[in-house]
Amino acid sequence: MSDANGLAAVGIEELTISYLRRGRPLRVIEELTLSIRPGEAYGLVGESGCGKSTVAMALMRYLPQNAVVNSGRITFAGEDLLRADEATLRRWRGSRMAMVYQDPASALNPSMRVGAQIAEVYRQHRGMDKTAAFEEAGAMLEKVRITDPGKVLRRYPHELSGGQHQRVMIAMALSTDPELLVLDEPTTGLDATVEAEVLDLVEQLRSDFDASILFISHNLAVVGRVCERAGVLYAGRLIEEGPSDELLRQPRHPYTLGLLRCVPRRGMRKDVLRLDPIPGSLPPLGANLPGCVYAPRCPIARERCHVEPPPPYGTGNGRISRCHYHNEVSEIPPGEQEAKPPSLPSDGAVLLRVEDLVKTYESSRSSVQAVAGVSFEVRRGEVFGLVGESGSGKTSLARCLSGLVDVSAGDVTLEGFKLSVREHRRNAELRRKVQMIFQNPDTSLNPRHSIRRILGRALRLLAGVKSGSERERLSLELASSVRLEPRYLEVRPPALSGGLKQRVAIARAFAGEPALVLCDEPVSALDVSVQAAILNLLLDVQTDRGVSYLFISHDLNIVRYLADSIGVMYLGQLVDVGPAGAVFEPPHHPYTEALLSAMTTLEDLDDPRPHVKIGGAMPSPSEPPSGCRFHTRCPRFLGDVCREEAPPWQQDVEGHQYRCHIPPGELRELQRATEGPSNERRGAAPRLPEENGKQ
Amino acid sequence: MTERRGASATVVDAEAASAELPGRLERFRDLAVAMASSKTFLTGVAIVLFWVLMALFWEVIVPYDPQAVDPTASLTPPSAEHWFGTDNLGRDVLSRVLAGASSVLTIAPLGTALGMLGGIAVGLVTGYYRGRVDDVVMRVVDALLAFPLIIIAVLVLSVLGPSKVNVILVIGVVFTPIVARTVRSAVLSEREREYVAAARLRGESGLYIMISEILPNILSPIAVEATIRLGYAIFTSATLSFLSLGIQEPSPDWGLTISIGRVYLQAAPWMVLFPALALATLVVAVNLVADGLLQAVEE
Repeated sequence: MSDANGLAAVGIEELTISYLRRGRPLRVIEELTLSIRPGEAYGLVGESGCGKSTVAMALMRYLPQNAVVNSGRITFAGEDLLRADEATLRRWRGSRMAMVYQDPASALNPSMRVGAQIAEVYRQHRGMDKTAAFEEAGAMLEKVRITDPGKVLRRYPHELSGGQHQRVMIAMALSTDPELLVLDEPTTGLDATVEAEVLDLVEQLRSDFDASILFISHNLAVVGRVCERAGVLYAGRLIEEGPSDELLRQPRHPYTLGLLRCVPRRGMRKDVLRLDPIPGSLPPLGANLPGCVYAPRCPIARERCHVEPPPPYGTGNGRISRCHYHNEVSEIPPGEQEAKPPSLPSDGAVLLRVEDLVKTYESSRSSVQAVAGVSFEVRRGEVFGLVGESGSGKTSLARCLSGLVDVSAGDVTLEGFKLSVREHRRNAELRRKVQMIFQNPDTSLNPRHSIRRILGRALRLLAGVKSGSERERLSLELASSVRLEPRYLEVRPPALSGGLKQRVAIARAFAGEPALVLCDEPVSALDVSVQAAILNLLLDVQTDRGVSYLFISHDLNIVRYLADSIGVMYLGQLVDVGPAGAVFEPPHHPYTEALLSAMTTLEDLDDPRPHVKIGGAMPSPSEPPSGCRFHTRCPRFLGDVCREEAPPWQQDVEGHQYRCHIPPGELRELQRATEGPSNERRGAAPRLPEENGKQ
Repeated sequence: MTERRGASATVVDAEAASAELPGRLERFRDLAVAMASSKTFLTGVAIVLFWVLMALFWEVIVPYDPQAVDPTASLTPPSAEHWFGTDNLGRDVLSRVLAGASSVLTIAPLGTALGMLGGIAVGLVTGYYRGRVDDVVMRVVDALLAFPLIIIAVLVLSVLGPSKVNVILVIGVVFTPIVARTVRSAVLSEREREYVAAARLRGESGLYIMISEILPNILSPIAVEATIRLGYAIFTSATLSFLSLGIQEPSPDWGLTISIGRVYLQAAPWMVLFPALALATLVVAVNLVADGLLQAVEE
């Protein structure tokens, strides 16, 4: 598929881009050189602020007003892109080069039917008339394997699911058979099941279309799956480049290695190993670092690294590393330490008991049952992981427990006290005991309050500390417990990085010795290199203080690493619940099985797993399917019994139970069988050399 | 004080190395720089400043006593002696125009302040608590907004009688629902932020959340609204004086002078022209400031 002998479809040479901010130029891209061959998928990996999107926008010539190209060239199909005039660009964009944006829902015009939007591309670039363009649009939707394209054409964007949105976006981008397709974080923010669907599609389309692809992502595993070659961007510099599977298997730059090591791997557990975060944080935009940009965070940095910028060293097989000591990278010892045992062993007493919790959101026209009768228990000192796709009711459940919304029905007790009341009706004692850490630290900390005030206020109300000097002392103590330097107490949240902000939010939640902390996706808004540090911190404070977590996450690897017990939610119901080990091993609910198999992980590179696919989108919670709510998408669908009868709870070992018509013994056989080698492999299998001729 | 840019960062723990901590001072400076580079804003500020200085120090600046009647020199056209001419009673128009700034620049800011206070209070409460109170209050606001502003003002003032204090009260009352609307919509989006949820979870009172948590975060739209309102307040105050429902004779108030000069429009157009120009420059200048603020805030 990828032929190395053709001319490069896209060539970027020594590109340097600055943004003007208040008259001062800040360099965001520094001497970037890369090329994408015709028909090749090139993955550009990096964390937020590293310049990924700037590269994409430079390629499309969509750079914002205040951006300046200082030097360098971009060639597209042999022509100088930076010299092209507006008229040429307008012709090229959409017809020869196309882009798919991160948030598909906002990239579509909400007031136009899907068919008309796709047809517009044909009318614009091919000069077709209305009917012909509409027909072409239908044919295109068929190519992106959308179910029932005829119907989708007549729908408005809001009537489509996330996966369908992205299919439509890709259909629009591919409709003119472009030579270059830029995908900017096409799966970020999508559920794992949808992500798998979109990645499958990209894989499949590569055989139908011969566009070169620039695939931008922060997720190494995703890039490893989709791309032949990949480059790692750090602070505007391409620090490593090479064939993606080699690059991920044997990184030659300490940063790439650090990124690979700081995500929890399959089978990693908190009681065995701590996560291995990258120390420090990204240099601020436009920082002037004389030597290697990564030197301040690098475990093998020496004197030379701080003064002499590393040139792109060729390390064989078309690989490049900007590290003076790239030969030593493979020998960097893992920074993982053994996990320390919890200082307060859990006594196994039940802390939180939830019985038949129902949360119904009523509006004048409809009522939606976001949580439909959920029961579970959280023991003292335990981490209870809650997983499920977006819309499954996880956050609604957490908001019920926190008291931010009222409970429609059911009983919730914390140590015997009634918890199913709104927060303003709770007494100080109960408020202190239940605290919450939110997903996005940008909005969960008041930007106008100093960190000192944020912590001080929490201490005053939750810990009841009246004296100012005592509050100051305890604030410092809290800050140091989340490893926040005292000098940060002075500042306000906007001056802090995401990771530091989340530390403040954690400190705030722990101000009054809570018993239960509700963590709603606490790391999903953070960069990969910071996630590990925050997860370690969350575990440390949890074991030190013996609190329980209700830990909501869509990242199953994190939940598997962190949780003692796991609950899986689907359409407002708990379908699978039990000890972490049991829930993630067969037999388990077919939905759990599907979620696990939809994950794109680095391990897939070495150890390809079989995949069970679930199709379609989650049905609307306002009209849940009859019988088993999962029957519309279930890979183990039996027939009428699933459609008509609500499934019973099946008891597995060690208190593990799941809601399904298939008993454990039988289900174990079925699910074990899938793991066998004879099974259908997803086109997604990693691109091992001998496997090149796929699909 | 919070400037820490020069401090050498020592790596203490994971990702604690971010060295740049722009302080409050720096952000203020950034905003100031942005506004100082806007010509619109600067022009507006210069003109407003000019009128504020006049309102404060007209007594030492005016060439003649604005109240000094000189029957021998009535209705003289602009000359070297009387730059803006004299009025029907022979009073110097230039002196009267300069002195006239003080009444407008007392009534309009006070009325605006009153309206802002009322509007912020109503907007915060209705936006934060929502529910039935919100429904009722907002319907009342809608009903009030259906009437032209000036009609309400005229109605109220003809009942209360014309006086400076009453004009301020009326402007305040009339502006309250308008401001409430702006504030409410800002509160509505702000209250969904999680820092408000966090405050509720630690048991803060509604009053604390409204005033200490939400209010500081909606100051930008409030500042913009206040300048826009100020422009309208100046205009309203002048209109009311013109209709002789506000300031009474012999004050050199612009609206009032225009109203008196109207009779002599044919014979002595300068009696109307100069106070009208003064009023126009002030209203335009305040709007220029509002535009500049809006732009700076949006950036």
